[in-house]
Amino acid sequence: MSHTLIVLLHDRPGVLHRAVSLFRRRGYNIESLTVGHSEVPGVSRMTAVVDAKDVEQVIRQLSRIVEVLTVSDVTNVPVVVRETALLKVSVTADAQAALLAVGAELGARAIDVGPSTVVFELTAEPWAVDEFIAAVRPYGIRELMRSGHLAMRCGATADTVGAAAAPYYFQADGMSDPDSVEG
Amino acid sequence: MSTTLEARTGAQIMCEALIRQGVEVMFGIPGGAIMPFYHAMPEYADRLRHVLCRHEQGAGHAAEGYARASGRVGVCIGTSGPGATNLVTPIADAWMDSTPLVAITGQVHSALIGTDAFQETDITGITVPITKHNYLVRHVADLPRVFAEAFHLASTGRPGPVLVDVTKDAQQATAVPEWDVTLDLPGYRDDRERAVDHDAVREAVRLLQRARRPLILAGNGVIQSGAHAELRTLAERTGIPVITTLHGLGAFPQDHPLSLGMPGMHGWVHVNRAIQECDVLFNIGSRFDDRVTGKVSAFAPRAAVIHLDVDPSEIGKNVRTAVALVGDARRVLRVLLDELPACAPPPSAWLARIRAMQEVHEPRQAYRRRPDTPVLMPHDVYAALNAALAARGSYRVVTDVGQHQMWAAQLLDWRRPRTHITSGGSGTMGFAVPAALGAAIACPDETIWVVVGDGGFQMTNQELATIQQEGITNVKIALINNGYLGMVRQWQELFEGRRYSGTPLSGPSFTRLAEAYGVRGIAVDTVDAVPGAIAEAWDHPGPVLIDFRVEREANVFPIVPQGKSIGEMLVSADRAEEPPCLTH
Repeated sequence: MSHTLIVLLHDRPGVLHRAVSLFRRRGYNIESLTVGHSEVPGVSRMTAVVDAKDVEQVIRQLSRIVEVLTVSDVTNVPVVVRETALLKVSVTADAQAALLAVGAELGARAIDVGPSTVVFELTAEPWAVDEFIAAVRPYGIRELMRSGHLAMRCGATADTVGAAAAPYYFQADGMSDPDSVEG
Repeated sequence: MSTTLEARTGAQIMCEALIRQGVEVMFGIPGGAIMPFYHAMPEYADRLRHVLCRHEQGAGHAAEGYARASGRVGVCIGTSGPGATNLVTPIADAWMDSTPLVAITGQVHSALIGTDAFQETDITGITVPITKHNYLVRHVADLPRVFAEAFHLASTGRPGPVLVDVTKDAQQATAVPEWDVTLDLPGYRDDRERAVDHDAVREAVRLLQRARRPLILAGNGVIQSGAHAELRTLAERTGIPVITTLHGLGAFPQDHPLSLGMPGMHGWVHVNRAIQECDVLFNIGSRFDDRVTGKVSAFAPRAAVIHLDVDPSEIGKNVRTAVALVGDARRVLRVLLDELPACAPPPSAWLARIRAMQEVHEPRQAYRRRPDTPVLMPHDVYAALNAALAARGSYRVVTDVGQHQMWAAQLLDWRRPRTHITSGGSGTMGFAVPAALGAAIACPDETIWVVVGDGGFQMTNQELATIQQEGITNVKIALINNGYLGMVRQWQELFEGRRYSGTPLSGPSFTRLAEAYGVRGIAVDTVDAVPGAIAEAWDHPGPVLIDFRVEREANVFPIVPQGKSIGEMLVSADRAEEPPCLTH
């Protein structure tokens, strides 16, 4: 099944390579991978959607990477997930108004309207992005770029290491509970 | 040596950093991108010995052998490009066997990185999957911190290899080193220092106390953490029999009444059957490798598994675990022993049952001498070597990979930790000769026996020149020469209708080859000559190679065919064992 992991990484050269290399060589399927800066300078944040039977093992292997600071599995906790898509849609002058109406209805912004194409930007839940793409596909999609998932927990709980970048957070540990390692 | 406040080159800083880490010897080969480091070495030669090897693979295995014999971090060196890629095999080997290793490589000038410069290779990229961590150092100021981190990472937690790639300009640049560095490793923790989970310990104790058919499986972790005394106390206090993996050999004395032997693909029948019948399996410091488990879904089907490992990612990776104990084996065992002051031993019928199986399937029966053959059998060599080891003491045995390695594991009696050094997880042929060179330097007062096949020997025998140049006298090589890549040949015989594709192997005159390197060569092809040759080798004040010309088609038995349960063993070429009948 799919699991959404939030990973905080010490931002050193090659750290993304290490993470991606791990997914590849252990045979974990990445459905989505997004990396960028976090609120702490020097700490990057990754959202990885991984298809794995044994997510505990994925978390533990990720945690072996020296630059990995925390790994949290947020699959079963309240979380907001967003994805941004840019789409360049071909459209005739006659159909442009209809296309723009589709965009407006589904919450996409037309950010570049030309004589034969429209570029839309949509930030929404991934399923809504899928829906919008399906809706405009009949017009002809010239280009499509999706950002991958961004995930953040709801409420006050935060996946953060704080400015001190304190040592080794291993939130999905579960070591004391033998049931959690039977997967 | 420069005074503290004097600026010095990066290369000098590297030497001083190594000395500060307690390094006394390193194994390597120079080349363009690492020349500044070599230029600095002579100034430090009184404290930092450099051993020039003949191939970087040899340098890497020598560093591994040094580390495995001594428990210290091994250091190997290569230049950029091919020097670095030649280190990849020993680095992978150290990764699989959790051997503490720091590999230092030169890199092209930082301005040339990314231009496909002469001898440029992305060795940090190449070694990402086979190192605990690696570094590309472009700035001289980073060297003290990077070396401190590299040795910390290699030697703590679950040990392993760390690669430090240093650009030529970082070696040449000058700086006043700042030794008072703090390790900048916020994502790393030494899992040996984890707080012991007392609830889990109590749960483990409860399982051990209730068990009727318990077993202890001891691995490399016992040796790495120095927990052999605690293991013995645990076994003796509880009466639980102990089996030892390939890398656990020596963790528990094999002549102990509770010692059963090695499990797995070439384990003894009674050991594998005991695993299949046990109700609690306490794994201390081994990782349930597939060569131990066989078909994993059929492994230890009745057992509640207690798994003690320093690496949390090993828990539950291959085998379902009832109780997880993460941490240093010695530390956790001490806590466990406090919780287990006394324990009623398991029903004596359990050990009796295992010993009865051992009687029926007498372990070494596959190696009984056929009265009709005058041919020297491999087990004749092991019997004589085993007797000599017992009589003389003060030895290490380094084995390579293949049939001879399994015979050594099966037929020699392992008594003390770190006396058995081999390539396990990676199965690297060519390991033994250079690893023995490293072990010989680590243990100059002991005799280092190399047991090696004619295939593996020919992969790295150039290191005999290193042995000669370094004046190493305490290496004695027992070449088990059968003229085949024997383990592959055995599989071809048993499973592929004797189609010997790519396995017959001719060699040079091994005794003359040895003599060319200043190594005494002795050829043996009769049983009677074996003990004398071993004694002669032991007493000769220099390195010796004995070319034991053994039966060409001898096999390792028992064998669990690939993909089968460890309950299904071939005990000879024509007889498969019945699956075990179980009692409840």
